[in-house]
Amino acid sequence: MTAMTVRIGGGQGFYGDGHDPVEALLESGVDYLVCEALAELTLAILQKDRQRDESLGWTRDLPLYVAQALPRLVAGRTRLITNAGGINPLAAGRAVVGALRDLGATGLKVATVVGDDLRPRAADLGLPDDVLFANAYLGARPVVAALEAGADIVITGRVADAALFLAPLVFEHGWTWDDWDRLAAGVVVGHLLECSGQVTGGNFSGAWWENPDPLRVGFPIAEVEADGSAVITKPAGTGGFVTFDTVREQLLYEVHDPRAYLSPDVTADFTSVEVRDLGGDRVSVSGASGAPAPATYKALVCTPAGWSGEARFAYPWPDAEAKARAAMSWVRRRAEANGVAVEEWHTELFGVDAFGGPTVDLGAADAAAWEPPEVIGRLAWRAADPGTVSQVASGVGVLGLSGPPTIAAAGRARDGKPSQLLSVDATAVDRELVDAQVVVDVTEA
Amino acid sequence: MPTIQLRDLCGVRSGDKGDISDLSLFADDDDAFAAISAVVTADVVKAHFGDLVRGPVERYEAPNVLALKFVMHDALGGGAPRSLRADNLGKTLGASLLRLRVDVPAAVAAGARRRRAPLDRSAP
Repeated sequence: MTAMTVRIGGGQGFYGDGHDPVEALLESGVDYLVCEALAELTLAILQKDRQRDESLGWTRDLPLYVAQALPRLVAGRTRLITNAGGINPLAAGRAVVGALRDLGATGLKVATVVGDDLRPRAADLGLPDDVLFANAYLGARPVVAALEAGADIVITGRVADAALFLAPLVFEHGWTWDDWDRLAAGVVVGHLLECSGQVTGGNFSGAWWENPDPLRVGFPIAEVEADGSAVITKPAGTGGFVTFDTVREQLLYEVHDPRAYLSPDVTADFTSVEVRDLGGDRVSVSGASGAPAPATYKALVCTPAGWSGEARFAYPWPDAEAKARAAMSWVRRRAEANGVAVEEWHTELFGVDAFGGPTVDLGAADAAAWEPPEVIGRLAWRAADPGTVSQVASGVGVLGLSGPPTIAAAGRARDGKPSQLLSVDATAVDRELVDAQVVVDVTEA
Repeated sequence: MPTIQLRDLCGVRSGDKGDISDLSLFADDDDAFAAISAVVTADVVKAHFGDLVRGPVERYEAPNVLALKFVMHDALGGGAPRSLRADNLGKTLGASLLRLRVDVPAAVAAGARRRRAPLDRSAP
């Protein structure tokens, strides 16, 4: 391939992310628009969708991204890569083909990547009988195969976030699968872009209030050279900022050991990366080093974990904390007196220490005779089935007239409504077993 | 040595993987990084979080970006889709780490650069 610069836009960081910033990415002329849709929690949400309807299980705003990118897709100037297929990439592919038909677009090649679903190998892997989903994190290879087959749109299931971005770099720059430093550089780029606005000023713990245009935070662009060095930037005229601080906060986000960030394609050393602020919302990242990938794929296995309910009790000064504590205690004691089979209780006091827990020095507050002006007590409980959850909820309403004084509603949360809990556990699976079932299918819409 | 609260010295970002909370703590210069490296140990962080973090805490260093990384196990009530916590992703745990008070050299305390957000109660 040539020694050109590849421009990749990070168009999505989660299911529910903004669509407006995608327009600016497309206008700025990215070669690839990569949309990362799958957090661990998202897979659990998609599982609940698929339980209701077998044709669901993918992120349903995917056709909107396709429609946004359509002019550039048709012109052959941008390709779209996304793991929006979730736990049902074939259904997502059908939806995209249908959307293209509705939009009157012809001649585009749509690829789907399947094989991350481990349920067909449940017996070999010893998956639990009640498994709801089980997916391996695939790497960049099947996405590269789709690009080599001429795909304009690549839809995958559980491909690792950063691998979605690594794939076009391998494809365009012709990197080999044992060029560990280049692969690591691609993973660094992918990791920086996969959370969209989180590298351009979102969730920034520095002077976040100095964001020049917080309503129009630009999504990130990486300009990546053949040697793997890159500049992280954002479209001209958008809000947010790209600085040494915003980039380093994202570089380490959720990576565990920064010397050995495990991905399906490479083990990347993030401490080898040199981050330099070039000014003007341009930050260079270079020098990444890598080592061979782990011998196994990471996988997530989801099983039912019971049901939860919760209720909130808001009280004003005076004695707000004491009232909230009493309300939660009375609900719990009523359930216990009635023999309701609750397996776990959880109480939180907003305005006191709901988030901080033991890191909050309540002794100092008490010594100063300080009383919070209001407190919301949040009581949550877990039980085996939704009926048991509802039995607790029946003891909540009575507090309205028979509880501690001055109770107020805390918003319109539907107190006590049962919600299913899911366990999602990481495991390691044999690569060959997974690779043998990976299929890349390309159809022309 | 003067005592300083981490909020005045560091940035922070929290994330999650399963039941693991993953925090990064960022210093603003080499001296501040050396200072927090000396005092914000895995044991200190484990003790700070008390029963919010039930498992072990591991610390890693990323000197290229002046950061410490804390990987806290059994820290999210079973993981996001299973947890009864309001903050099931542990996004606030980084902020809670900034509550920690540590002793640092006087020059580091004097050079602390983290500012507080302006508060305008009249803004719409």
